Amino acid sequence: MNHIAPRRRRLVLIGNGMAGVRTLEEILQRTPHRFDIAVFGAEPHGNYDRIMLSPVLAGEKRFADIVTHDRDWYRSNGIALIAGEAAVAIDRDARTVTGALGSVRPYDVLLIATGSTPVVLPIPGHKLPGVVAFRDIADVESMIAAAGQGGGNAVVIGGGLLGLEAANGLLRNGMHTTVLHLMPSLMERQLDPVSSEMLRADLVDRGLRTILQANTAAFLGTDRVEAVQLADGTVLPADLVVMAVGIRPAAALARDAGLACNRGIVVDDGMRTSDPAIYAVGECVEHRGALFGLVAPLWDMAKVAADRISEVAETDYRPAVSGTRLKVTGIDMFSAGDFVGDDTTETVVYRDAAAGVHKKLVLRDDRLIGAVLYGDASDAGWYFGLILDAADIAEQRDLLVFGPPPEGGASDPVAAELAVAS
Amino acid sequence: MIHTACPYCGVGCGVVARPDGAIAADIAHPANRGRLCSKGAALAQTLDDSGRLTQPQIGGKPASWDDALGLIAAKFRRTIERHGPDSVAFYVSGQCLTEDYYVANKLMKGFIGSGNIDTNSRLCMASSVAGHNRAFGEDIVPGVYEDWEEADLVVLVGSNAAWCHPVLHQRLLAAKAARGTKIVVLDPRRTATAEAADLHLPLTIGSDVALFNGLLAFLHAAGRVDRDWTARHTAGLGAAIAAAGPDDIEETAARCGLDPELVEIFFEMFARTERVMTVYSQGVNQSSVGTDKVNAIVNCHLATGRIGRPGMGPFSVTGQPNAMGGREVGGLANQLAAHMKFDDPADRDALTRFWQAPALTPKPGLKAVELFEAVAAGKIQALWIVATNPADSLPRADRVRSALSACPFVAVSDCWPTDTSVYADVVLPAAAWGEKDGTVTNSERRISRQRPFRPAPGEARPDWWMFAEVGRRMGWEAAFAWESPAAVFREHAALSGFENAGRRVFDIGALADGDDAAYDAMQPVRWPLPAGATQEGGRLFAEGGFPTPDGKARCVPTPFQGLPDRGGHGFLLNTGRVRDQWHTMTRTGLAPSLMAHTPEPLATLHPADAAALGIEPNALVRLSTDEGEVVLRADLRHTQRRGEVFAPMHWTDLFASTGPIGRAVSARVDPVSGQPETKATPVSLSPVATHFHGLLLRRSGLALNRDAFAFAPVSQSNPLLDRAIQTSADSASDHRALPDICHWVRVPVDTGQLFRLTGLRAMPTGDDLDRFARVLLDPPPAADWIEAADPARGMLRVAILVDGVLEACLFLARNPVGLPSEAAVVPILGTAIPDAGRARLLAGRGDAGTMSEGPRICACFAVSRDAIRHAAVTHRLRSVAEIGVRLRAGTNCGSCIPEIEEILRDVRMPAS
Repeated sequence: MNHIAPRRRRLVLIGNGMAGVRTLEEILQRTPHRFDIAVFGAEPHGNYDRIMLSPVLAGEKRFADIVTHDRDWYRSNGIALIAGEAAVAIDRDARTVTGALGSVRPYDVLLIATGSTPVVLPIPGHKLPGVVAFRDIADVESMIAAAGQGGGNAVVIGGGLLGLEAANGLLRNGMHTTVLHLMPSLMERQLDPVSSEMLRADLVDRGLRTILQANTAAFLGTDRVEAVQLADGTVLPADLVVMAVGIRPAAALARDAGLACNRGIVVDDGMRTSDPAIYAVGECVEHRGALFGLVAPLWDMAKVAADRISEVAETDYRPAVSGTRLKVTGIDMFSAGDFVGDDTTETVVYRDAAAGVHKKLVLRDDRLIGAVLYGDASDAGWYFGLILDAADIAEQRDLLVFGPPPEGGASDPVAAELAVAS
Repeated sequence: MIHTACPYCGVGCGVVARPDGAIAADIAHPANRGRLCSKGAALAQTLDDSGRLTQPQIGGKPASWDDALGLIAAKFRRTIERHGPDSVAFYVSGQCLTEDYYVANKLMKGFIGSGNIDTNSRLCMASSVAGHNRAFGEDIVPGVYEDWEEADLVVLVGSNAAWCHPVLHQRLLAAKAARGTKIVVLDPRRTATAEAADLHLPLTIGSDVALFNGLLAFLHAAGRVDRDWTARHTAGLGAAIAAAGPDDIEETAARCGLDPELVEIFFEMFARTERVMTVYSQGVNQSSVGTDKVNAIVNCHLATGRIGRPGMGPFSVTGQPNAMGGREVGGLANQLAAHMKFDDPADRDALTRFWQAPALTPKPGLKAVELFEAVAAGKIQALWIVATNPADSLPRADRVRSALSACPFVAVSDCWPTDTSVYADVVLPAAAWGEKDGTVTNSERRISRQRPFRPAPGEARPDWWMFAEVGRRMGWEAAFAWESPAAVFREHAALSGFENAGRRVFDIGALADGDDAAYDAMQPVRWPLPAGATQEGGRLFAEGGFPTPDGKARCVPTPFQGLPDRGGHGFLLNTGRVRDQWHTMTRTGLAPSLMAHTPEPLATLHPADAAALGIEPNALVRLSTDEGEVVLRADLRHTQRRGEVFAPMHWTDLFASTGPIGRAVSARVDPVSGQPETKATPVSLSPVATHFHGLLLRRSGLALNRDAFAFAPVSQSNPLLDRAIQTSADSASDHRALPDICHWVRVPVDTGQLFRLTGLRAMPTGDDLDRFARVLLDPPPAADWIEAADPARGMLRVAILVDGVLEACLFLARNPVGLPSEAAVVPILGTAIPDAGRARLLAGRGDAGTMSEGPRICACFAVSRDAIRHAAVTHRLRSVAEIGVRLRAGTNCGSCIPEIEEILRDVRMPAS
C-alpha cells in the first residue's frame, strides 16, 4: 500500500517578536502538525518580552528573565528559527521570502509581524553616537553602557509611556536625567491633567528633571553627543540621548512587496492583507485605520490570525479598549478607554492628595467607558473588565470608585449574636 | 464604694459608685433593691468633664467666684431697691438637692421678701401638689412602693412607667408574674407600658376627667361607695358625685373616644377589686385640667375608702429626682417651707420667728409660665436660673428666649453650657451629681443621701453654697452662715418639726439633731419622722387623719369641661419622654449607648393620618402651632390615635436643628396649679420636601454651630435667604427665620458626634459644594482631605485624616440609599486608618458589612432589634427569659422587655 502523507503546508513568519510568536503558539494549539514553520528574526535571540525592557534597564530584571521562547522552544516545536537575519524581500508570485544573508524560504502562508520602529526626529545631530532609541535589548544594553558607573547626564526626548520608563531606568542607573516633552503634560494620551501632574511630582521626587513644552532644536557634539539644545536656546549637557517620541509600523517590506499599506500594513477583520496568502499581526498593521502600540490587542490579533490560518474558524478581529500601565516601580497607574469624556458622559472622581491617589471614572448611560487610576491601580483589572463588558453599573455606582465589593460583605447576624452572647 | 442615689427620675433608686469607676445598682436600697434602668446603668458614661463649666463667667469672660457672686448680690440688691422685691426671681429645679432648695427658698421668701421662686417641678408635678392640697390639705403621697407589689389591680394613668419609671414598672411586672396582678393602662398611646398591660384604654387626649367621673358615677351606682368610711373621713362626696354626672358608660366612652365594652370592663375591674391603686404621672399633671384630673382620680379612692392600706390608693410618680424634696422645702412659688401655708397666719408667724426673717413674703410668687411672662414684660429685672434649661423646656420656648435676652440681668448656674446659659450675664459652674453632697426625696417620701464620690472639675461648687454666699453678700450673714450641707439639712429638719405637733404631716424632726457623722451615715428613710419616732413613716390616711381643719379629706367636684380645643388645627400635639433620654439631654446626651434606642426626635403619628397628608414613612414633617413650628422625622405607628401626634421633649438646639419641641407647645396653664398643658397643643401637620441626605461624623461636635447649616451658596442669589438672615439678625432669638440648608440631628457616638442631615434646599454644586463640605468638616490645617465625588448623582464623600486618624467624614447623596449605614461608619471615627484601608474608607462598608441592625433595643448589653429577631427565629425562642439567656438582652434593667415581647410577637410562628 502506498501511504502518501499529505504535504505539510509551509508557514513563514517574518518578525520574531511577541505578536508573531504568540500567533505561532495559537496555531500550534489548534493544528499542531499542519505547518512547516520558519521564522525570520532580525535580532540574534529567541523571543523576549519587549514590555519588560524597562525593568531590565532599571536593573530590576536580567535579560534572561524576560526571554519567553528560547531556541529550545523553536527546536522542540520543529520551527526553523533564522535568527539574526532580517527578511529583506517577499516574492509574492514565487511565494518566497528572502533574508539578508541570502536565506530563501518558500511559503504557502506568510505571516508578517515586523512590529514597529521608533520614530527618529530628523533633528540636526540625530545620527551622533549616543543618540539612541528605546526599542530592543540592544538599545537597553547601549544605554546601560552609557550610564557606566553613573553620574553622567541623560536626556530623554518624549514624556510618554516609553520615554518615562526609559528615564526612570537611566535614573536608576545613576544618571542625571531630564525628560523633554513637547506637550504641556506628561503622558497626555494616558493620563488626565490631574494625574499627569501627580506623576510629574512623583518623578521629580525621585530626582528626575522634567521640561514640558520643550522643543528640541539640535543635538550638539562632535564625535558623540554632548548636549541638547532647545528652541529657546537652553543647552542641556547630555552624555546620552534617548528618543522616545513614538513608534511607526515597520511596513517597508510589505510596501515593497506591493501589499496595500497606509501608515501600516492594511489588514481586514481576519488579519489578512491585500494578498490572501499573507497575514499580518501586531504593531505593523493598520486595522480599520487604527494603529497599535499596546500588548493586549496583539493577543487578540494572534487568536484571529491563528483561527484563520489554521482554518478552524472564521473569526474577526474586533478592536477592544486597551489599558495602559506605567512600568515604573513605585508608581502605580492605569488608564483605559475614554477617560476624557464629553457632553454625554459623567465623571466620578476619587482623590487623596496626601496619599498621592487620583481616580477618575468616566461613565456613559451608567456604563464605564474609561478610567484613570493614579497612585492606586490595584483595582485596574476589575475596572478594565467593566469597560470591556460594558457592564451596567447603575446598582453599584455609588461605590464604584471604591473598587469591587468585598467577598461575603454582608454581616453575619449569627456571629454578631455569638459575640454578644459570649 | 460610695452609696448614693440616681440623679434621674423620681423613683429614687440607690446606686453605688465603685472605686473602679463603675456605677452599679445598690442591692440594699429599698427603692430598687439591685435593679437599675438603662439610664441608670449608663451613668458612668456620663461622668465626662470635658464639656463642663469649670469657671465662673461674667459677660462670657472668666471671672473669680468673688466677682461673680458679688455681682449677683449687687444686681439683686440694686434691682430690689429700685423696683421692689417682686422685681427679682429664682427659677430652680427638681434636680437641686433639698439643701440647695432650702437655702434658695429661705433667701427669696424670707429675706428678699418675694414669693418669686419657682421650679421646673411646675412643669412636672404642680397639678399633683395642687390636687393633694385640695383633697388632703397637704401635699402628701399616701402610699408606699410596696403597694405596687401588694395591689391586685394597678391602673396606670398617663404614665409610661416602662420607660419613665422603669424600676417601679419592673417591680410591678415581677409582682404580676408572682401573684397575677392585673394591670390597666389609660393612655392615648399604646406605649411599652400598655403593651405589658392586661387592658389598655386608648382614651383621647384630655378625656381623663370624663373617664374618672364616669368611674365615680359607676362606683356610686354599683354601691361601691364606702358609706361609713366616707362619712367619717371625707367631705363633699355628694357634690363630687353630682358633678361627675350620670352613670352612663356609653356617654363616658363616647367622650373618651373608647369602646364602651373596654370602659365597662375597666369599671367592673376597679369596682370589684379592693386592692386597687391608681398610678399617675405626666399624662395627668401636664394638662390645663391637671388638678381636676388628680382630684377625679383621688375621688374614686376616697369614695371607696381605698387609700392608705396595702395595695391601694392614688399614687403620683414624679419625674425628677428631687421634685418631692423641693416640695418639702417650698420650692414652688405658692408654698412656704416645710409644707407651711401662705394663708395660715400661724405658719407665717412661726416661719418668721424660726428664720428670724426680716421680710417674709406675705403672698405667693409667680408660677413658672407667668414668671417668664413677667420677665418678658419687664416686671422681673433680675433672674437667677439654677440647674434647669427653660430656653428649651418651657412652652413657647422662643418667647422665653426673647424674655431672657431682654432681661437686664440673668444669672445661670449649671454643670454644662445649655441653650439657656447663652443668655446669662453671669454663668456659675455648678457641682454635678457625683460631686454634690445632700439629700433627695423620692416618690414614696423616702429621703436618700446623694454622696460625692469624685471631685468637682475646676472651680465648680454646689448650688446651696452659691445661694448662701449671695445671701451673705446681700447682708444676711448670720442667716446664711452654714458651713456644710449637713448644717442646712439640720435646720430644714428642725423647721419641719417647729411648732408642728401634728399640724403638718411633713415632719422630719427626728433628723434635726444628728451630727455630721449621722448625716453622712444616714440610711434611706421615709417620712413622716417626727422627733422621737422609732420607725420610719409608712402608709397614710387609712384611718383618716387628714391634715385639714376638720381632719377630713375633701372630695373636689370635677365637672368635665370638654375635650381640648383644636383651634382650627387638625391634630393635638402630645409631648413626652423616650426611653433612654432624660430632660434636655444635658447628662443622658453624653452617653452614646443611650442614643442608640432613639437617635433622633420623631413625630409619631398614625399611618392613616400620614397617608391622608402625603407624609411618607421617615420623611420630614412640619408641625405648625399657633406658637411656632418644628420639623421632625415622621414615625408612623398604629400605636398612635388618629388625630394625635407625639413628639419627644428632650431635644434642644444643641442636638437638633429644629430645637426644642417647646417652640411649638402652647402655654395654656391649669388655673389651679399653674402647670402648663404640654400634651394637647393644637397642631397642623404638613410634609416637607427634601433634596438631599447626609451623614457627618466629627470627633469634635459641639464646635459646629448653626451658621454651618445656614450656609448660603455664593453663586445662588436667594432673596428669601437674604431677607431671612436680615430678619434673624434683628431678632437673634428667632432661629426659625433661618431657612437652613439642612435639617440636622446630632447623635453622640463613642468617639465623637454623628450628624444626620436632610437637605431642605437643593444641594450646592461645584465650588459651593466644596465650601459647604469645608464648613461642615472644618478640617485642621495639616489634615488630609480624601474625597469621592459623583456630581451627576449628587454624591460627595469626604474624609478628614489627621496623622492617619479619622477626624471627620461627610457623606452626601440625593437619595438616602446613597448613604452608608451608620453602623458601618460610626465605629471608624477617631480610629487610625491603616494605609491598606484608606482607599476603602469612604466606601463606608466597614468591616461588618452594610447591614443595619435596626434600633438598639437593649441599651445595657447593646443588643439590636435584628439580633433579637434573628435569635428568636433561628433558636425558636418564645419568651423574654429565653432571649435573656441567649443574648442577655432584658436581663439588667428590664426597660426593654416590652419591646422584646413585641419583637417576639412579630416573629412568633403558629404552634406546630
